Amino acid sequence: MSAIYGTLQHSPTAEENSAPTVLQPTQPEPSVTKPAFNAREKLGAVLRVLIPPLLGIAAFLGIWALIAQETSNLPGPYKTWISAQALFAHPFYNNGPNDQGIGWNILYSLYRVGLGFGIAALVGIPLGFMIGRFKFLAAMTAPIISLLRPVSPLAWLPIGLLVFHRAEPASIWVIFISSIWPMVLNTAVGVRQIPQDYLNVARVLNLSEWKIFSRILFPAVVPHVLTGVRLSIGIAWLVIVAAEMLTGGVGIGFWVWDEWNNLNVAHIIIAIFVVGIVGLLLEQILVLIAKRFSYE
Amino acid sequence: MEKFVQLEKVDVTFPTKKGAFHALHNINLNIAQGQFFTLIGHSGCGKSTLLNVVAGLQDASSGMALCAGREIKGPGPERGVVFQNHSLLPWLTCHDNIYLAVERVFGRQESKARLKQRTVDALALVGLAHAAHKRPHEISGGMKQRVGIARALAMEPKILLMDEPFGALDALTRAHLQDELMKIVAATQSTVIMVTHDVDEAVLLSDRIVMMTNGPAATIGEILTVDLPQPRDRLELANNAHYHHLRARVLEFLYQRQMRPAA
Ligand SMILES: Nc1ncnc2c1ncn2[C@@H]1O[C@H](COP(=O)(O)OP(=O)(O)OP(=O)(O)O)[C@@H](O)[C@H]1O
Ligand SMILES: [Mg+2]
Repeated sequence: MSAIYGTLQHSPTAEENSAPTVLQPTQPEPSVTKPAFNAREKLGAVLRVLIPPLLGIAAFLGIWALIAQETSNLPGPYKTWISAQALFAHPFYNNGPNDQGIGWNILYSLYRVGLGFGIAALVGIPLGFMIGRFKFLAAMTAPIISLLRPVSPLAWLPIGLLVFHRAEPASIWVIFISSIWPMVLNTAVGVRQIPQDYLNVARVLNLSEWKIFSRILFPAVVPHVLTGVRLSIGIAWLVIVAAEMLTGGVGIGFWVWDEWNNLNVAHIIIAIFVVGIVGLLLEQILVLIAKRFSYE
Repeated sequence: MEKFVQLEKVDVTFPTKKGAFHALHNINLNIAQGQFFTLIGHSGCGKSTLLNVVAGLQDASSGMALCAGREIKGPGPERGVVFQNHSLLPWLTCHDNIYLAVERVFGRQESKARLKQRTVDALALVGLAHAAHKRPHEISGGMKQRVGIARALAMEPKILLMDEPFGALDALTRAHLQDELMKIVAATQSTVIMVTHDVDEAVLLSDRIVMMTNGPAATIGEILTVDLPQPRDRLELANNAHYHHLRARVLEFLYQRQMRPAA
């Protein structure tokens, strides 16, 4: 039982700290004794932080350019860049349902992710709380969760199409069912890991169930919930592209499919970058939220 | 004198993976109102367990545990607990940590302003009025422990249960808080049970010192009556022959009769 929930144990503090630890070398101890070196040291520290990622990006572009040269139909970095400039010059044009700007496509995808993920959060987080708090419920749901969790997201699509008869709710359903598990499991683990000390405080103060929830369970579990949310939103964004490829409509996934049919490979590569960047932004927003809620 | 806390033939066994662990055996203890009891004994003998039985956090496996004539079933507001590791909620300010307790005990019959006043008073009592809006991680270990004590005191309990409240503190802070505690206890006429490792602390503060034998199946080896006059002053006691006699009795119990098991 605990093994199932144990698998997703995340130490949220360690993760949240990962971003700032990378940046720390940029702020060396301000040395008062040798101000002449200060600016220089700072510059050196900045360079030390910037050089490795820049080198990595350069190497990536180089390999990409090399491969593009060898293959006849894969556009290189420069061609892709020109194409992206043209594409992002008018991100929000609208020539009917099958020809809309990249901006609209991204927004539609985000809308579906938001809806599917939002419903998953509304269901998954309270469910996780109850599973964490009541052993009986945990034992009851364990077999079902361990059975359903490893199912590939797209396997849920036919069920969605069957039940909802339309593509739109079906893709939202896929997002929902594939992004709910990390939130359920992390929340449950969080509730179960609340230190006994805090629960003893609750008992000694004889707090009401509502106070226990609002003053002890909820604050103690928020970091875990946010870890679950982050994993979930990552999955949701991962899945939406694949789901839209299958269901069609306006959206970044369908757009990739459409450009494949047009054999516009540069646009496909741009789409890959767009998907990556949007995913990164979603992740960063949640890291920021998580930081706000960490009390240490 | 009226028996306020009464333990009779209390045994505690813990179910563990290797079978039952017999922690406490045949504990008999009577505590009258206004008395200051300390529990002393080697680490792991069962002091916290015994305190938790009185607190209602740990059920006795057999025997009878009464408080104010009623069987102890779970914690109650008449028993204020100061935890071994302060156990403040890290997401609440010092003020809110105490307010949470005050609200629960007095919230029904008193106005919000009155509850806030109680919280402020409790903080002032332990000399921490200035730290009201700090979170536990922003204050020192000694300050945290004081907030923990203030939280327990703010509930106006009939009995204060303290598990090594000064255990993690440096000697100076510890002496300061002991003096504060003596004043508070004298002013409020509280009944206290306090767990300690420290022989000097036990003799300085107590009316009775409960000396526990080593576990497993630890029991009360001896109860020493500390008949030093109140109020006590640590400097005067340093030259008091009876103080040294009592201190030697405790040391002798701990280091001759209950040699620390070779762990
Ligand atoms: N929940 C538990 N389950 C099993 N054994 C326990 C449990 N709690 C305590 N014990 C055991 O009971 C004995 C007494 O523990 P207790 O915490 O009361 O000791 P203590 O005297 O307070 O020690 P210390 O001075 O180090 O705080 C120990 O041997 C401990 O291992
Ligand atoms: Mg203890």
